[in-house]
Amino acid sequence: MRIQIDSDKCQGHNRCYALAPELFDVDDYGSALVLNDGIVPAGLEDKARLAIANCPEFAIFEAD
Amino acid sequence: MSDTIPQVPHDPEASMYGPVTDWTTDFDHADPDYNRHAHEIWADLRETCPVAHTDRYGGTWLPVTHADVTRIAYDTEHFTSRSVVVSTAEQLAEAPIGGAPPITSDPPFHHHARRLLLPPFAPKQIDPWEDDVRSLCHELIDAMLEGMSDGVADDPDAGLTIDAAVQYAQHIPVNVIARMLGFPLEDADLFRGFVHDVLEGVNHDPAVRIAAFERLDAYLDVQIQDHVDNPRDDLTSFLMHSTIFDQPLSHEHVRGSIVLLLIAGIDTTWSAIGSSIWHLAGTPSDVQRLHAEPELWPTAIEEFLRAYAPVTMARMVAQDHDFNGCPMKKDEWVLLPFPAANLDPAEFERADEVLIDREVNRHAAFGLGIHRCLGSNLARLELRIAVETFVERFPEFELADPAAVRWSVGQIRGPRELPIKVLRRA
Ligand code: HEM
Ligand code: SF4
Repeated sequence: MRIQIDSDKCQGHNRCYALAPELFDVDDYGSALVLNDGIVPAGLEDKARLAIANCPEFAIFEAD
Repeated sequence: MSDTIPQVPHDPEASMYGPVTDWTTDFDHADPDYNRHAHEIWADLRETCPVAHTDRYGGTWLPVTHADVTRIAYDTEHFTSRSVVVSTAEQLAEAPIGGAPPITSDPPFHHHARRLLLPPFAPKQIDPWEDDVRSLCHELIDAMLEGMSDGVADDPDAGLTIDAAVQYAQHIPVNVIARMLGFPLEDADLFRGFVHDVLEGVNHDPAVRIAAFERLDAYLDVQIQDHVDNPRDDLTSFLMHSTIFDQPLSHEHVRGSIVLLLIAGIDTTWSAIGSSIWHLAGTPSDVQRLHAEPELWPTAIEEFLRAYAPVTMARMVAQDHDFNGCPMKKDEWVLLPFPAANLDPAEFERADEVLIDREVNRHAAFGLGIHRCLGSNLARLELRIAVETFVERFPEFELADPAAVRWSVGQIRGPRELPIKVLRRA
């Protein structure tokens, strides 16, 4: 599984970073970035889906 | 810190308008009944009139569905942020900067004014405040106990009634923001007075409102001058030394942003803390569950933010246009009730229930789009620590008198008086 953030949509709510610090980081402006090029380590898929489902701006999505 | 702050009671006599006669055609967000019955009013409107209108304040619209609130929040072309508080008189500086940047700014200026303030409020700058916020919460509780008659403080079984809004919630955000801005902590009462004037006195005579803004500006001019005379490392100095397009910020910009930080952070967070404690006081099963399953705290806090979102924002109509069949006229107001959006059953399952283990919770308590609450990391920190500490020190509590709970008036909704009977102390 691979996830991506649409940086035009991300407004820095930080729900993703709070839910899954293993998958996301935040920059000095509070905008989110994916760790590990967005590749979700095995076993963390549910956390990735939870982050997608909680982003208020619909900024996180699953890349193919 | 004094623990009984006299509250300025809401004075319906001072209102320019009479009591509301009909919530669909004559609503008034500053009628004391609005916040008291907000959830019923929104549910009712959602069924009967999803975009209500009133002639008050020169014409105001009230959309209540998640879809409409979202659409307006994202549409900065038809809706301007020039003023975000529906009132009889607002300081209407010109768009796109507005009187309190970035909240009163529109694109493209908004981006620059906001970007300036993002770093000091980013998670990694805010997280280190955790210990200070926790100590503050404990000190407030210690002060309540010390204030009790002899013996009560040492006897955990002695009955104890406190006001969780007056003695606790209201102090937390004021203290933190005053320290961040480098303002005297003794002026906390004054700050709460300013917030009251700006956000609760919205239906007063315009002259009274303008005088209140002038008092606030005069106070801030003195504080800014004090930072010129005694330079120090805080947010005020940071703004004074910031630049935009390679130019120092104007005095009006610096002062406007300070007005925003002072006003935006105080009764919003105080309301969120108060509403969460109010919920727990009436739902002992949730308190027990949080003691037994502390891993639920993160979802519980997000659920309190959803269900009791304290902040309704506003926009002004930028140009005449038709919105879902509603003929919106330039310069009319549009209330943006994020709390109503959060309760829309079209968007949330079991929307009217408070589920502290709700995992999928895409709520809009901190707004949507470019004006997303800049202080949300700080607000979440204060809310989480304040509620956790309260429950830790007072493992069992209930409302002392449900009829004595007094809700705020205006766009920020939360309890202003919240008498709590403590049943057990840790
Ligand atoms: C639970 C507490 C809080 C809630 C629910 C809340 C809610 C909101 C909302 C809904 C907005 C969007 C405004 C709009 O769309 O026009 C906003 C903006 C803002 N908030 Fe908060 N807020 C809270 C606490 C704070 C705190 C503690 C601070 C800072 C000390 C703060 C600073 C701001 C600022 C500066 C903006 C303007 C951002 C912009 O226009 O780009 N807020 N807040
Ligand atoms: S939750 Fe969404 S908007 Fe918020 S930081 Fe993450 S990606 Fe950005």
